[in-house]
Amino acid sequence: MKTRLLGVIALSVTGVIAVVLSLAAAQAPSPKVAGAPKELRIGIVTLLSGPASSTFGIPAKKAADAWVEKINDEGGVGGAKLVPVLTDEAGPGDKVVAEFRRLAADEKVDLVVGYISSANCVAVPPVAEELRVLTVLFDCGTTRVFEEAKYKYVFRTAAHTGIDGIGAARYLLTAKPDVKTVAGLNQDYAWGRDSWEIFIRALRKLKPDVQVVETLWPKLFQGDLSAEISKLLTAKPDVVFHSLWGTDLASVNSQGRVRGLFRQSLVIHNNSAFLFKEFRDLPEGFVIGFRGTHWPEIPDPAKNRLQREFIERCTKKFGEPCGSPHGSYHMVQALQGVKAAYEKAIKAAGRWPSVDDVVRAFEYLEFDSPSGRIAMAVGGGHQAIEDSLYGTVKLDAQRKQNVLTSVRVFPAKCVNPPDGVKTLDWIDQGFSGAQCP
Amino acid sequence: MAIALAGLALFLVVPPFLPEWITFLLTLAWAKALAVLGIVLLLRGGLLTFGHALYYAVGAYTAGFAVKFLGVHDGLVVLVLAVVTGAAASALLGLLLARYRGMHFGLLNLAFSMVLYAILLKFYAVTGGTDGLRLPTPLLAGVKPAAAHLRLTIYYVTVVLTALLLYVAYRFTASPLGYTLRAVRDNEVRVEYMGASVRQAIYCSYIVAGVLASVGGVLAGFSVGHIVPEVSFWTQSGEFVFVALLGGTGSVLAPVAGSIVFEFVRNYAFKYSPYTWQMTLGLVLLIIIFFLPGGLWSLTGMVRRWIR
Repeated sequence: MKTRLLGVIALSVTGVIAVVLSLAAAQAPSPKVAGAPKELRIGIVTLLSGPASSTFGIPAKKAADAWVEKINDEGGVGGAKLVPVLTDEAGPGDKVVAEFRRLAADEKVDLVVGYISSANCVAVPPVAEELRVLTVLFDCGTTRVFEEAKYKYVFRTAAHTGIDGIGAARYLLTAKPDVKTVAGLNQDYAWGRDSWEIFIRALRKLKPDVQVVETLWPKLFQGDLSAEISKLLTAKPDVVFHSLWGTDLASVNSQGRVRGLFRQSLVIHNNSAFLFKEFRDLPEGFVIGFRGTHWPEIPDPAKNRLQREFIERCTKKFGEPCGSPHGSYHMVQALQGVKAAYEKAIKAAGRWPSVDDVVRAFEYLEFDSPSGRIAMAVGGGHQAIEDSLYGTVKLDAQRKQNVLTSVRVFPAKCVNPPDGVKTLDWIDQGFSGAQCP
Repeated sequence: MAIALAGLALFLVVPPFLPEWITFLLTLAWAKALAVLGIVLLLRGGLLTFGHALYYAVGAYTAGFAVKFLGVHDGLVVLVLAVVTGAAASALLGLLLARYRGMHFGLLNLAFSMVLYAILLKFYAVTGGTDGLRLPTPLLAGVKPAAAHLRLTIYYVTVVLTALLLYVAYRFTASPLGYTLRAVRDNEVRVEYMGASVRQAIYCSYIVAGVLASVGGVLAGFSVGHIVPEVSFWTQSGEFVFVALLGGTGSVLAPVAGSIVFEFVRNYAFKYSPYTWQMTLGLVLLIIIFFLPGGLWSLTGMVRRWIR
């Protein structure tokens, strides 16, 4: 009797152990790859100070915190834990290059994820090539990076600013097909000029009889835009296109609202440069664009697991979504791209990959992100393409809050030129090969 | 002199054994020291400029345009061009600016540097606007430096050139014109009574200071590989003044010492306090002003007294 009892106990104990072990096995992180280091050190370079930090830099930093935690909770990359090494992108260009070199040599990072400013995205890649450091540009917009040069170690996991302007032109023609006059209001610096150039060329191609009645170039961070708004109120354009951000976006919203700019003209903004919590204060009728489907409801979190997890993780960590659509989603996209590239390279090599292995795996890679599937489809496989999302702000009278209505998602191949074609050339050739619904 | 040569020897021998990023920082520090030296020269005449980045930018964009529009890829040719443009720009603006003293001199310089900044910003199609211009690796007398030694080559070219120009500046300060400039700071009227021309002393010094900064701009531009309009912004001038105060005005070597210390302090401030690096720099300047009003260079005097 006693032995039998002991036997039962022994059996059940073994059973419990077996169950626990098998559970542990199911929970276990991806098996450690031969030759894998303990840590994968990632230099994270984002704006921590200065005017672009609040809407772009800090949200990206928050997203990096949340998503690195997630990847590490799930076992890291090939068994290696991600270790972020944070540094500020602010400061003059020589400092940014010096800082990149320090990350590579002193901090011994395995790769760098960073850069919001277009100037830095032009300055850093040649240095990355020289040092052979895998570098993922995560947020900057300029089309110059891969349209004017070829790089081996540099990738950009977010779409370039081409889709902002082309998406805006396409959305405008669905929202207001009879548009006759447009005006431009863009900050007087490279990206503001690029934004207007792409938009107006695309619009002229799609609707040649459109007239430009005013092009205004306020100084960057001018703040007070009352003179510009007066000009727009006098010119009475059907549509105002602007790419303002920071204090200038806040000014045009507050000053334009009280002076009736949004009632008079359809105002289009091309890059969602606001915090999620600022959305409730945006003026009604305002058309906003996103460089990629970077909105908490699009893609539907019920259908996209990563989107759901991103929102949950941020909300748990910070009590709200990670800051703003622009910086946060692009950061997560970069980390997802890095993870996918490493995993593909590990699979191909059967051991821990070299930088060149990862580069090979990264080219023309496709990976999942909170914004859906991202393809590194252009720039020789180094530049991602994304869908362009546009919508109109509307006050929901019942819920007494702003909602995004009349949403249109233009598929990536409808707003991005094919591989090897420059954006402006593609527009001038009449978007040949565009796959639009 | 012996100490200066020993110091130079140290900077020539050690770098191959240093990590590459430190060599890069040193290159940048030596290049910028030239612009700071320009400020120090003028300070010896009692003139403080808040717009010296103007000539630094003239040099940098001379290189940018030479590469982009003239197809000149030889670094040495670009340097000669930069000496010409730097001299031309300072000779032209000097005609007006050499008449002013004190705050007027400082602020008029600032105004001209901001005019250049605005031009670089606005002529987007020519200058690349805020995105700037790429400066690819230069040839040296027609030879392309080997990729493996690229950084060291640029470093040595920078150090040797800067050292040569430091010597030229040293001879300049020891020349009759240099002494006149010092006398100008003490008493302009007396200098005129003695029969020397204040205007000539200031005008010549201004051109020398402009050329120094212009060469510095080329060297820094090539070592970074990219130039942006911020090189002409007032914060860049402010940085040069900061470094001039940090190093002190006691010697033509002080700008090099100040510049090297500044680059390293800034870099380590980034490393250890990514959120508050600006404050760290400010604190360093405050400490220097309170405890070493003569700049870092006054430490050498203390050491000398202590040895005796």
